[in-house]
Amino acid sequence: MIHDQARYVENGQYEPLLSEKGTSEVDVGGDDSPLPDDLTRDSVELPALSEPELARHYTRLSQMNWSIDSGPYPLGSCTMKYNPKFTEEVAADPKGAVHPDRSARSVQGSLGLLHGLQEYLARIGGMDAVTLQPPAGAAGEFAGILVAKAYHEANGEDRDEVIIPASAHGTNFASAAMAGYDVVELPSAEDGRVDVEALEAAVGDDTAALMLTNPNTVGLFERDIERIAETVHDAGGLLYYDGANLNALLGRARPGDMGFDIMHYNVHKTFATPHGGGGPGAGPVGVVDELAEFLPAPRVRERSSGSGYELFDPERSVGKVHGFQGNWLVLVKAYAYIARLGDEGLLDASAKAVLNANYLGSQVEFDIPYGPFHHEFAATAGEKDAADVAKRMLDYGVHPPTTKWPEMVPEAMLTEPTEIETKKSLDDLAAAFNAAAGDDEETLADAPSRTTARRIDQVSAARNPRLSWQALDGDE
Amino acid sequence: MTRERGSPYAPHAEGETAAMLDAVGVDDEEALFDIPEGVRFDGEFGIEPRSEQALRRELTALLGRNDDLTEFMGRGHYDHYVPSIVDNLSQRAEFLTSYTQYQPEITQGFLQALFEYQSMLVELTGLPVANCSMYDSATALAEAARLADRVRQASGTRVFVPEFLRSGKRGVLDNYLAGTEMTVETYPMDDGNVDVEALAELVDDETAMVYAENPTVRGSIEERLAEIGELASENDALFCLGTDLVALALLEEPASVGADVVVGEAGVLGLPNAYGMGLGLFATREEYLRQVPGRLVGVSEDAADRRAYTLTLQTREQHIRRERATSNICTNQAWVALRAAIHLAWLGPSELVDLAEDCVRDAAALAERLDALVGLKAPVHDRHHFREFVVRCDQPAAAIAGDLETEGYAVHVVGEHLLQVCITDANAHKADELVAAFEGVL
Repeated sequence: MIHDQARYVENGQYEPLLSEKGTSEVDVGGDDSPLPDDLTRDSVELPALSEPELARHYTRLSQMNWSIDSGPYPLGSCTMKYNPKFTEEVAADPKGAVHPDRSARSVQGSLGLLHGLQEYLARIGGMDAVTLQPPAGAAGEFAGILVAKAYHEANGEDRDEVIIPASAHGTNFASAAMAGYDVVELPSAEDGRVDVEALEAAVGDDTAALMLTNPNTVGLFERDIERIAETVHDAGGLLYYDGANLNALLGRARPGDMGFDIMHYNVHKTFATPHGGGGPGAGPVGVVDELAEFLPAPRVRERSSGSGYELFDPERSVGKVHGFQGNWLVLVKAYAYIARLGDEGLLDASAKAVLNANYLGSQVEFDIPYGPFHHEFAATAGEKDAADVAKRMLDYGVHPPTTKWPEMVPEAMLTEPTEIETKKSLDDLAAAFNAAAGDDEETLADAPSRTTARRIDQVSAARNPRLSWQALDGDE
Repeated sequence: MTRERGSPYAPHAEGETAAMLDAVGVDDEEALFDIPEGVRFDGEFGIEPRSEQALRRELTALLGRNDDLTEFMGRGHYDHYVPSIVDNLSQRAEFLTSYTQYQPEITQGFLQALFEYQSMLVELTGLPVANCSMYDSATALAEAARLADRVRQASGTRVFVPEFLRSGKRGVLDNYLAGTEMTVETYPMDDGNVDVEALAELVDDETAMVYAENPTVRGSIEERLAEIGELASENDALFCLGTDLVALALLEEPASVGADVVVGEAGVLGLPNAYGMGLGLFATREEYLRQVPGRLVGVSEDAADRRAYTLTLQTREQHIRRERATSNICTNQAWVALRAAIHLAWLGPSELVDLAEDCVRDAAALAERLDALVGLKAPVHDRHHFREFVVRCDQPAAAIAGDLETEGYAVHVVGEHLLQVCITDANAHKADELVAAFEGVL
């Protein structure tokens, strides 16, 4: 079960930089230039390599990179599930490769697909209207909070606070602050859920919204959601749903039915579009009817004649959160994934995601302080350093879980296997957990030893930032 | 064992599920859902599952409803030929299906590729710090203004942008600044370029940032950038320059004209035409390093004393500093940055400069040919142009664009009698046909 990675060592490095393989500097301007010299730069120096050299370079780099196709990737709250291969082909269809300023009548296919995705997402979330513009989950949060702000302002209300549980994703805090809100942090109750009494004390005339993840970041369903919704609504605030953990609920509960007014969907999590090593993603936003007129512009709708689609600007739109229409290629993949699964597949995805998490939880020899959990669990490494245990897990051939977060669990190892792992794969994962837990402190501190690189000194990287190959001159 | 029906990507066989349920101690999966009755949903979305084959046919047919037009469009979203090697290598699953590099020991490959991307931006901009992506040029501009807000001297809150600016960029900028005290104002343009004298009248010590584009949204090349940089600097304002990866290879180096921040579109390389999907580039000076939004890859050493790469300066980021972060960005455009890096490296300096020079030559040649037609004047601005230019037409522009569309060509309408035309290596071979089509519809 060990998934070994490639390691190429040459002149004391794992793989030379493009710049070290060969660059060339060319002069710019001069007699042959189509521009006068005062409008051009003097020269450009870049890598100058043959295509075969590049093919080897990037192939080697890929072999030194972990991915969901390499093995398990149980990062809690990140939902790393398998990315179907055929969705790539659909997204690459040259028929969809159009300019964003094309007339609506000439891109009926693209608009039809986007309209279809709006519909699917609305049904899955229990929402009335959806925008596809935000290019990532955090951009969706920001768009959603702008919608909340516009709604309150339209009602003549001046509310300046957003309430966020301490365990929420950092993006919630950052997005609310970007929109100009003061953040009120809500402590968790002893059972790991929202402290409803603390919430009741915190809400008031200043509350614009409560941002909530459900199930929350230790996998617990907020059972008091109806009371939470009532509390926030009674105070005149809106309820925002962070879609990061939507995979755990597919087909079993919908944010709209729970009382949420605004939500974002992480299509690169729930709907299996590739994360691409950090993006692109897409963060569509759904809202209830009375907020639809504030959504970012433009949106897609069916023409009133009933034939075909058109773009339109919602009446009191907050405007734009992306220069054009968002991350099209990602949206195509999400549509294809949802259509492939249908009701039956979506329902099964959440069933198996929750089963897998519970099964894995039952096999690891760590304490899991909070439960019963859904799709992810926060185990604690106890006396051990969770980061060290994680590094040692790399030696056992698996990607470790998210570590040291959320902070409510000491030495947290937030684990989310998703529905795609087999029982055998989960048994292997549990074995890696348990073996790492059994290793002595010295071994843990020295880990990893079987990976491409040994333990990397992240402190010195931050203390002495070298962020380009130009900054390496004189180093060696 | 037979696989259960349901998600085609959940591999459970019936016996396995039973064993796992048994180990957990429940009768079925439903027992694991801790959801109150009042908010339970019955699972009926009304979405019919399809086989892969049927769905592929369906989607091919759906996208086939797009008209097959030859596009001569730009205005911030450009179509350059993407070499096969970009698709082939970037689609290697180890890149495509990986996550953010939180465990650097097993993600050296992607980290190095992003480090190389940052380095190529440093070379092209002349600025020492480049991040490994924003969503697009509009959000990069908006993040630059937020950076100006953080590093400004005590007073300034005014952000100046050109009168001619894409509405999408302006809209994003307004939204990103809504939670600050910053205000956005426009300065006038003169014959398509910055009216430097008018700008000088406007910029004062209340100014936090001056933004200019090279080339401009109308495709003209700015001739007095250093003076604009000087104006900003005299007033302690940041000079933010908007541009793109291809233009950077040829036009004045941003650092040499005093740019403090360079933003713009890096997806002009590596990304095919993708309905507005982009890759925001962001580079700045060393002194603003700790105020930079987005991810940065840095060099360090591992326990074997070998050079190794890691995400760094994460204390700026939202997962650590939360509401005090330099930006809310988390998921970014890393894979698109990988594609741009491969494309840049494939071109190398000579071919990149050739590509950029062709953007000037082809635009000039096409403008000259359109200008020769009765009823058209091109380019409207007596400037050097990069890829695109504005055409004045005697007849209403919308009618001409509509007729061209019927003939199979797409151009922009930018005014009652103004069209905008963009030429790149992707459509240059159709220039003759475009000219003939124009002639036919006039």
